Amino acid sequence: MIDSFARRKLWDILARWACLGMVILALVPLVSVLFDLTVKGLGGFSWDFFTQLPKPVNETGGGMANAFAGSAVLVGLGCAFGIPVGVLGGVYLAEFGQNRFGKFVRFSADVMSGVPSITVGIFVYTLVVLTMHRFSALAGGIALAILMLPTVMRTTEELLRLVPDSLREAGLALGVPKWRVILGVVLRTGAPGIATGIMLAVARAAGETAPLLFTAFGSRFLSLKLDQPMGSLPVQIYTYAVSPYDDWHRQAWAAALALVLLVLILNILARVMTRQPGQGR
Amino acid sequence: MQSKFAMSVPQGRGSWLSRLWRAFAGTGEVNPADRIFLWVTGLFAGTAILVLGAMTLQVFRASLPSIRQFGWRFLIGKDWDPVLDAFGALPYIYGTVVSSLLALALAVPIALGIAIYLAELAPTWLRRPLGFTVELLAAIPSVIYGLWGIFVLAPWLRDSVQPFLAARLGFLPFFQGTPRGLGLMAGVLILAIMILPTIASVSRDVLEAVPSTLREGALALGSTRWEMVRKAVLPSASSGILGAVILGLGRALGETMAVTMVIGNRAEISFSLFDPSYTLASVIANEYAEASSDLYLSALTELGLILFGVTVLLNIIARLLIWRVGRVPSGAGRS
Repeated sequence: MIDSFARRKLWDILARWACLGMVILALVPLVSVLFDLTVKGLGGFSWDFFTQLPKPVNETGGGMANAFAGSAVLVGLGCAFGIPVGVLGGVYLAEFGQNRFGKFVRFSADVMSGVPSITVGIFVYTLVVLTMHRFSALAGGIALAILMLPTVMRTTEELLRLVPDSLREAGLALGVPKWRVILGVVLRTGAPGIATGIMLAVARAAGETAPLLFTAFGSRFLSLKLDQPMGSLPVQIYTYAVSPYDDWHRQAWAAALALVLLVLILNILARVMTRQPGQGR
Repeated sequence: MQSKFAMSVPQGRGSWLSRLWRAFAGTGEVNPADRIFLWVTGLFAGTAILVLGAMTLQVFRASLPSIRQFGWRFLIGKDWDPVLDAFGALPYIYGTVVSSLLALALAVPIALGIAIYLAELAPTWLRRPLGFTVELLAAIPSVIYGLWGIFVLAPWLRDSVQPFLAARLGFLPFFQGTPRGLGLMAGVLILAIMILPTIASVSRDVLEAVPSTLREGALALGSTRWEMVRKAVLPSASSGILGAVILGLGRALGETMAVTMVIGNRAEISFSLFDPSYTLASVIANEYAEASSDLYLSALTELGLILFGVTVLLNIIARLLIWRVGRVPSGAGRS
């Protein structure tokens, strides 16, 4: 009897430590990635790195201004297409979506969020690039928008559902039309949470490489023309990382550090914002 | 235009489409402004269906030339030669399946341990920060794992891990050949790291959706914490956890950049973990922008179609399994 109890107790302790061990094991790569990024990337940070264009092959120096500007434009385009559609679609799902159509939309959005980003690239290539006969920033922006859409839509829906019905009822009781109640009261109440969801979607889009490879393609020049190929941070990191030049490797690490800092800041900000009352997990 | 269509739909009976339309338009908004608002937001919501449908159609249409040319032989062909217009997908399918399954085998036990710790065992004050840290693993962009893989992981594998494995376990076919660093092993490790947070966070959400009466019952019967987890919580969460695993598999199959950067990119079928391999997503990433002939482009698109079909199917199965356990926050798989 005592023996069996001791054995059970032992198993309990072993299992607890094993689970804790798994957590620590998972943190090893995270710490290693962040450590290597800091050590190898920080040295590459300089004024030139952020403000200069890439130098021709075999010349050292130069920077990635084209990639920083390009990423900003591409993510901006993604937001311009993705956010309005996503938020309003989410409004529909939360306010009117208790029907077959709503179910179908939800299902499609969930499936869409699991589609590999490279196939989104193929889709946009056949749709936009082949029609325009060239790689373009516009195509890249559309690809990013498609990737952001399901996240934004579903987050908006979830957050609007958290808004208490009494707010809606109060608005309607005052004789305010439903659409104004939704836009002015419900959406405004849910806004901080929706902003969080959008920030997470932006963080994801900023790091996407695969769908840009054959839509925005890449460019070593500073260009803001939307119908022309455009460079971006992730694509340039990729190109530099697989290149044989040491100086490019150095710049790839620096760019990677910049990208991770951006992504981490967005993630942490989003996390801090969800701490606001009423929206805890 | 829309209202005319709505009027023309016969009430009471009708096709699947017309019932869908009535579900969409007929929620009985009286105020005209409200009706317009309903339609506008409904149209935006419908974009999700539209994009998914258009994607299916478009990717299928673009791969038609290749499907017509090769038929089923495309799936079992071993040659990939754009100059001779010979395209076979087998090495890529093999590389994708093998790397994803191995990564899954590596990641699932770890992810389950994490999920159990976060949902059942950890002190309450630790759960949130620890959960957030694990989710950060998913926030780091793929290309950065690739960079890290090339310059940190692969040299370590080449200089320490692979020589050690070759010396101790070299008699197995899995550990033979030159230790190169870049190859299947690096790809599997990177994939495992990348799908770990997905499986862990979805599983945690599933575990948290298990009613606490089950836990209380088990504890009241005198079981230890671990017995409670193993005998009361896990069995009722099992289908959801299976869903989480399938979701992870879907991610692994479609993961592109990191794998492309470390897996070696050579289309050969080999049993050794040291040898380079190639995946569907990688070959698309490497060759799509440079595809010279229409058939070449179409063959690459068909690789994408295979990938698309399989991942969509896996996602549908996973969602259904997860929904069975209970309402789990939908963004969970995405993080």
